[in-house]
Amino acid sequence: MTTTQNGDIVSLHQARKIYQMGNQQVRALDGVSVSFSRGSFWAIMGPSGSGKSTMMNIIGCLDRLTDGHYALEGQDVGTLDDDDLSERRLRHIGFIFQSFNLIPQLTVQRNIELPLYYLGWEAEESAARALELARRVGLEDRLNHRPTELSGGQMQRVAIARALANDPHLLLADEPTGNLDSATGVQIMQLLEELYDEGKTIIMVTHEPDIAAHARCRLHMKDGRVDRIEES
Amino acid sequence: MKQSRFFRNIALGIENLLLHKLRSFLTMLGVVFGVGSVVAMLSVGEGASKEAMEQIRKLGSNNIILTSVKPVEEEGTSTTRAVMSIYGLTYNDFARLGESYPAVRSLAPVKLLRKESRLGSRAMELRIVGTTYAWFDLVPREIVAGRVLRAEDEERFNPVAVLTEYGARRLLATQSTIGQKIRIGGDTFEVVGIIKSESGQAGNMQIPDQDVDVYIPLRVARRYFGDVYTQYSAGSRIRERVELHQIIAQIDDIEHVESTAGAIERMLERFHRKNDYEISVPLALLRQAEATKRTFNIVLGSIAGISLLVGGIGIMNIMLASVTERTREIGIRRAIGAKRKQIIIQFLIETIVLSTIGGLVGIALGVLTPVLITFFSGMPTVVTPLSILLPMIISIAVGIVFGLYPAANAARVDPIIALRHE
Repeated sequence: MTTTQNGDIVSLHQARKIYQMGNQQVRALDGVSVSFSRGSFWAIMGPSGSGKSTMMNIIGCLDRLTDGHYALEGQDVGTLDDDDLSERRLRHIGFIFQSFNLIPQLTVQRNIELPLYYLGWEAEESAARALELARRVGLEDRLNHRPTELSGGQMQRVAIARALANDPHLLLADEPTGNLDSATGVQIMQLLEELYDEGKTIIMVTHEPDIAAHARCRLHMKDGRVDRIEES
Repeated sequence: MKQSRFFRNIALGIENLLLHKLRSFLTMLGVVFGVGSVVAMLSVGEGASKEAMEQIRKLGSNNIILTSVKPVEEEGTSTTRAVMSIYGLTYNDFARLGESYPAVRSLAPVKLLRKESRLGSRAMELRIVGTTYAWFDLVPREIVAGRVLRAEDEERFNPVAVLTEYGARRLLATQSTIGQKIRIGGDTFEVVGIIKSESGQAGNMQIPDQDVDVYIPLRVARRYFGDVYTQYSAGSRIRERVELHQIIAQIDDIEHVESTAGAIERMLERFHRKNDYEISVPLALLRQAEATKRTFNIVLGSIAGISLLVGGIGIMNIMLASVTERTREIGIRRAIGAKRKQIIIQFLIETIVLSTIGGLVGIALGVLTPVLITFFSGMPTVVTPLSILLPMIISIAVGIVFGLYPAANAARVDPIIALRHE
C-alpha cells in the first residue's frame, strides 16, 4: 500500500462510510486507507456493491465520511461544510460521468463554460477558454450545438472539456466509456492518457479490465475494503 | 464587475425561461391579470371618487345649503282633504341669516315653481327658479350669452329671465335668443342671458340646477306667482305654502363652516316647530366622500391582493414542477461546484424575472383598460403614479416570496441522488 504523505493528492485514512438502510447498517466503506500520488493514473475496480462508487463520491467531495480522514491536496476535508465542499469541487476536481451529464438545454459552449460561470469569470474570457478547450478535444466546430445533436463520443469529449475548464489537478472519471461503443471508448481512453501525460491525476472507476488496463495502477475493492493493488 | 455579473445572471435567467416559452407565458398570466386588475380597479375607483369630490367641490366647500322639506306628518293629511300645509324656510329665516351671522359672506335664496312656458307655438314645462344675483356668485356657471341677474332686477321688479343652454335650445330653437320674450304662466319675461347648466346629483343633495331651469328675480317670482302652490292629482287637491325652497349661504372661511352650520341649526330649531328643513354641509360631505374613498381603496386593495396571491401561487406551482423536472441539471451544477446559495439565486431570478415581466405587461393592460372604459362608457378614470408603482412593487415582491420556496427546494437537492435521476 502506498502511504507516502508528500505528493499525495488524495489520501484516505481508516475511511468509513456507513449508511443506515431501514434498521440495517450498510458499510459502504469499511476502513479504507489508501493514497494516490500526484500525476498518477488509477483504475478502481470491483463488483457492484464493493464500495467503488462511494469511494468516488468521497474523493469527489460529494459526500462525507462517517469516520476516518480524507485529505485532498494535503488538506483535511472531513470537517468542511457544504459550501466549502462545493468550493473544493469547483477549484480542484474535474468530473467525467458515465452518462456525460451535460445540461441538454445549453449549447456545447455554455456547458463547457459552466464551471467558469461559478468561478466568476467574465463572459469574454469564458468564451475564449471554451474555444481553447473545444479545440483540445477536437470539437471547436460544435460550440453552438446542443448536446442532443452530438454523438456519445462527442458528448463525452464535451464533458471532458468541461472537466478541464477550471484546470484541476484531479480528474475523476466514473465509468467514462460505459455508454460508448468500444472504438469510441478507446478514443476517450486515449484522450485521458494524453491528459495523464500532461500531468493530470486521473482516478477512474470501471469494471471492464481492458479499460482498466489503460491505467497505470489498479485498485480492487471488495465489501468496502481494499482487496489488492496492481501496478504496471 | 459585480454589476455585469448581476445582468449576466438575469440574462441567463431569461435564456432559461425562453427555453420554455409557452410555460413561462402561462406562468406569467396570473401576475399579468392580477397586476392588470389592480391598476384598472385603482384607476376606476380613483376616477369615480374624483368625480364625486369634484361635484361636492362644485357645491362649494365654503357653502351651507338649507333646504325646505315637507314634514312627514303633513304627507298624509294634505292628500285626503283640501288642507293647506305650510312649511319650509321663510323670508324671515333668510333675513335673520343675513343679519346675525358675521361669518356669512353671501346668501342666495331660492324659490322653485313649475310653470308652463311658451314661445309662440312652442311650449314646455319649466322649473322656475326665483333667486337673486347672489346665486350666480355662489353657484358659478359659465355665461353663454347676455348676462345673469343683477341687483337692479330685484329692486325694479324687472320681468327678466335667464335660461339654460338646453332650455334655450328647446324653447327658442334657432332664433336669436337674447331679447326674446317668453311667456311663463300668464306673464311675459324678457330673456336677458343664457348660462351653461351642470345638472346632476352630488352626494344626496340636489342643487337647484336642472336643464329646464329658468332663473328670474325672486321678488318678481313672489309678486307674480305668490307662495301658494296648488297641485291636482287623482281627484284631490294639494295646496302648499312654501316661502323659500332653498337658501345657500357662503361662509367667509372654511374654518367657520361647521360651527356656523351648528349655530344656524340651533337658530332654525328655535323658530321652526316642525322639522321642515334640512341643512347640508358640502364640507362634511367631502369628508365623508374621502372616508368612503379610503374604504373603497381598502376593499379594492384586498381584492387585488387576492388576485396577486393567486398569481403568486401559480408561479410557485410551476416553479416547483420546474425544480423537479430540472433535478438532474441542479445535480450537475452542484457537482461542478455551484453552492446552494447560487442555485437559490438562479431559481429566484427566474421567478422574479417572470413576475416582473408579468407585472409590466399587467400594467400596460391595466392602463389600457381604463382608457377603453372611459372611451366606451364615459366613466371617468384616473391613473395615478401610485396605482402603477404599487402593483409593480407588489409583483416583484410576489416573485421573491413565491420563488423562495421552490428555490430552497432546488438547493436541497442532493447531487449524488440528482445525478442518478433520469
